[in-house]
Amino acid sequence: MNNVPKIMDKESIRRALMRIAHEILEKNKGTEDLCIIGIRTRGAILAERINECIKEIEGKNVSVGILDITLYRDDLTLVSHQPIVHETLINFDITNKKVILVDDVLFTGRTIRAALDALIDFGRPANIQLAVLVDRGHRELPIRADYVGKNIPTSLEESVKVILEETDKDMDQVLIETKR
Amino acid sequence: MTEWTKHNLLDIQNLTKEEIELILNTAKSFKEVSSRDVKKVPALRGKTVALLFFENSTRTRVSFELAAKRLSADIISISASGSSLSKGESILDTAKNIEAMNVSAVVVRHSTSGVPKILAEHLEPSVINAGDGCRAHPTQALLDMFTIREKLGRIEAIEVGIVGDILHSRVARSNIWGLTKLGAKVTVCGPSTLMPVEVEKLGVKVSYDIDEVIKQSDVLMVLRIQKERQQDNFLPSIREYAKHFGINKERLKFAKKNLLIMHPGPTNRGVELSAEVADGEYSVILDQVTNGVAVRMAILYLLLGTKETIEEKQTL
Repeated sequence: MNNVPKIMDKESIRRALMRIAHEILEKNKGTEDLCIIGIRTRGAILAERINECIKEIEGKNVSVGILDITLYRDDLTLVSHQPIVHETLINFDITNKKVILVDDVLFTGRTIRAALDALIDFGRPANIQLAVLVDRGHRELPIRADYVGKNIPTSLEESVKVILEETDKDMDQVLIETKR
Repeated sequence: MTEWTKHNLLDIQNLTKEEIELILNTAKSFKEVSSRDVKKVPALRGKTVALLFFENSTRTRVSFELAAKRLSADIISISASGSSLSKGESILDTAKNIEAMNVSAVVVRHSTSGVPKILAEHLEPSVINAGDGCRAHPTQALLDMFTIREKLGRIEAIEVGIVGDILHSRVARSNIWGLTKLGAKVTVCGPSTLMPVEVEKLGVKVSYDIDEVIKQSDVLMVLRIQKERQQDNFLPSIREYAKHFGINKERLKFAKKNLLIMHPGPTNRGVELSAEVADGEYSVILDQVTNGVAVRMAILYLLLGTKETIEEKQTL
């Protein structure tokens, strides 16, 4: 890891999330029936931040939930050690709600596939929209994001690293690392 | 964070403190699944769990069944009376035949100590001990520890009194191993005829004064007087036991305000526990049952969740 280009810094992440919040409100015509569900770990933090942006714009809070998709992974029986299962916290009914699903990086689409399965087990939402901070391409499933912070074309040898203060105890930033 | 490497769950004794904590933390996440409308996740889709219950059970069997089903595993259930064991087939033969049908895990309960260990030595699938004789009942101890941690926030330095037939109790033994490992202070209390010799060596205090134990305890684990294991006149009479060691409202006058009363079930109301105590304010007996499903889901997930645990088979 000798050359680590920084793709987004604290300010650009903040602006991207604010723009996504505006786009969500524009498309859904306000906050009615809206809820945000973040995918653990970093998606949950981004969901909370988008909620703060929405509050800043509209003066209203929307319900925010956290989804752990471990039990829905399609590679659960292939990985070498059991991933730690964390709690899912969705304390509201999602039936007939417009659900904004939030994750940090959109890559193969398999995480989102698992998240969609998990969400459907919680109820029948009116619709599900996807917001991601980074779309790095290389989809393996027919899935696309409705709101994208930044499109970053990558090669498969690279990995996109999203660093957020809350989880990583470091300044907000997005880096591209080359696997060696 | 510790990684899970064990292939079987035979007793608490050979789990590390970190492994116990991993199970309890995982169980916390699984508890949420049982509170959903759709109480099912696809984690163990396509796996089969065999339940071999050679001794009667309601709670443990139903709990394991639900745990497996909520993880989308398939289950088969075999009891001694309805199977070829009643025709004289040996346990090992029965188990080997079930293994030949490609099951991923075998949950076993037997009235003889050591049966799960023997099965584990001979079988490829993971073996989970659901209670063997007077020896061990690890999932009960884990769900008890989960309940204590949930209600009191910690286990370390908590005073636990275990009351009743310590000699015959696999629940007591497993709890002693687990609780002392996590730093609880355990006192065992019961008639001297039902107290194992040198029980202090397990790291517990022994008391014959039930009122003293009630006074000092944060948690009181009341054990069932096992009528099926009292053939050798350990007790003059059940009534005498109830008089000297039965927990009733009168005795609890000096209890701590936040005392938890636990019981592994089934309860003999009026013997080890009066009805008003079993249904009373201190009782968390039904919370134990609820938590049992979450804990067993966690155990099944950890043992069966991945391929590697079966391929890189660890010895016990």
